Amino acid sequence: MLKDITIGQYYPADSAIHKLDPRVKIITTVIYIVSLFVTNDWIGYLAAFLFLAACIKVSKVPLSFILKGMKSIAFLLGITVVFNLIFTPGEEVLVTFWKITITEKGLEMAVRMAIRLSFLIVGTSLMTLTTTPNQLTNALERLMKPLSFMLPVHEIAMMMSIALRFIPILMEETDKIMKAQMARGADFETGNIIVRIKNMVPLLVPLFISAFRRANDLAMAMEARCYHGGAGRTQMKPLSYRGNDWVAYGVMWGYLAVCIVLRIVF
Amino acid sequence: MSIELRNVTYKYSTGTAYEMVALDNISLQIPDGQFIGIIGHTGSGKSTLIQHFNGLIRPTSGQVLFDGEDIWGEKYDRRHLRSQVGLVFQYPEHQLFETDVLTDVCFGPKNLGCSEEECKERALEALHQVGLKEKYYHMSPFDLSGGQKRRVAIAGVLAMNPKMLVLDEPTAGLDPKGRDDILDKVKELHETRGISIAIVSHSMEDMAKYVERIIVMNHGHMPFDGTPREVFSHYLELEKIGLAAPQITYIMHALAEHGLAVNTEATTVSEAKESILKALGR
Ligand SMILES: Nc1ncnc2c1ncn2[C@@H]1O[C@H](COP(=O)(O)OP(=O)(O)OP(=O)(O)O)[C@@H](O)[C@H]1O
Ligand SMILES: [Mg+2]
Repeated sequence: MLKDITIGQYYPADSAIHKLDPRVKIITTVIYIVSLFVTNDWIGYLAAFLFLAACIKVSKVPLSFILKGMKSIAFLLGITVVFNLIFTPGEEVLVTFWKITITEKGLEMAVRMAIRLSFLIVGTSLMTLTTTPNQLTNALERLMKPLSFMLPVHEIAMMMSIALRFIPILMEETDKIMKAQMARGADFETGNIIVRIKNMVPLLVPLFISAFRRANDLAMAMEARCYHGGAGRTQMKPLSYRGNDWVAYGVMWGYLAVCIVLRIVF
Repeated sequence: MSIELRNVTYKYSTGTAYEMVALDNISLQIPDGQFIGIIGHTGSGKSTLIQHFNGLIRPTSGQVLFDGEDIWGEKYDRRHLRSQVGLVFQYPEHQLFETDVLTDVCFGPKNLGCSEEECKERALEALHQVGLKEKYYHMSPFDLSGGQKRRVAIAGVLAMNPKMLVLDEPTAGLDPKGRDDILDKVKELHETRGISIAIVSHSMEDMAKYVERIIVMNHGHMPFDGTPREVFSHYLELEKIGLAAPQITYIMHALAEHGLAVNTEATTVSEAKESILKALGR
């Protein structure tokens, strides 16, 4: 069950997108999200679809893998669609049953929302699938640098990368403790909600203890290696743009221009 | 009690880029009452193998039979199986959670539906068998030393009265005395309770001293399976897969090369001593 969570997971592959500077990918993702909300006609959605499809093709991440990650968000998507469908007022009523009326406008809104949200989710997961958590936080740190007069940018980035790093470790630990307690006859799968919560105690207590132990060990290990925060810290491999990155920026601006033109023309 | 694995293959993370074959077509039988050692370099699949014994993980393909019954059959009661095959994990002290030692050991029997009294009785017996002193029974398990915690964790599994006990590196990180203590206790259990034991270890000396059968794992395969003598006679092949024979084996081979008529099959210190004295004619 833990295996099904693919949000934020990295999919290693040898592709042009994997090799791009992470800053390009973050900025492109942001622009892409903006473009989804700029667009309001079908031809614009088509452009967004083509752009995304091209990116997926280039990234070499199997489509099935991306869609598997969508499963966990399908519920959220469903709710949004249903709300748009039944709560949008409009003139032309399509169907009425019981106290619910579905208008043509509502239907249109629901479809738009579904398209926008799924493109948004697929687009963002494509970014995380092709970028390691370390690269991501590294890029965020660089992009947020102008804010360093008011925010401890380095510390925030460090905390993020540690948190991201610990997710798989804690998942593995959960799996291990769960198995160890199952070997002692524990049951995590049956019973009503109260019983189940009570049954979680043998899992949660060791898990918390181990999380604190790990955090403590890590802090010690960092201190032992003279870590002292961001001041005066340099990087072994500082981010720097190369030819491909400029090409990618070009493609991105091109795409945005197309979106804006489409919006003005139609 | 008997366990049989038939052509068991296990893959981690199937269907992702990280797919990893941890066991590759393993078949083996464990009859009642054996004392088995499992050796192999790190990542060779030992822990994965033993988790099949009590149905914690399901083989990607192949069958696991307990007393001739397929444990992944539709109506098979795997919780009952887990009380029959007790599994003590690597670093088992990380699974302790109760407020005191005795209650923690009661967790297993309680899950089997035993009455309060029976739980306590079994827990006391198990704690006694692992040799933990009584003054610790009402302390928090988190205040004990590593070796004491390890004993509590082993007692937690023993209290379920398993017919087979599987231990994953029970001596990792213990001092020599703690190591011998635990292994002696396990041997005693084997003899007094008559339960089968499977033990994962990196110490060839311990293997030579305690077990009657050794299973060697290497990259998900099982290149050797036999008595310590048989297995250690392949000491050159063992070295190639990152293992070794007990030091005695090397000494005996060196002595034999230099013309002393010793028995090169000796694996323990006492056997070696006898053989050398005999060869010297004393
Ligand atoms: N939860 C997991 N997810 C993915 N791969 C795993 C997982 N657990 C183990 N593996 C992989 O399966 C292989 C066998 O692992 P296993 O834990 O059985 O080794 P082991 O022989 O017990 O090693 P050790 O002596 O270090 O305990 C290893 O290569 C490991 O990387
Ligand atoms: Mg292991």
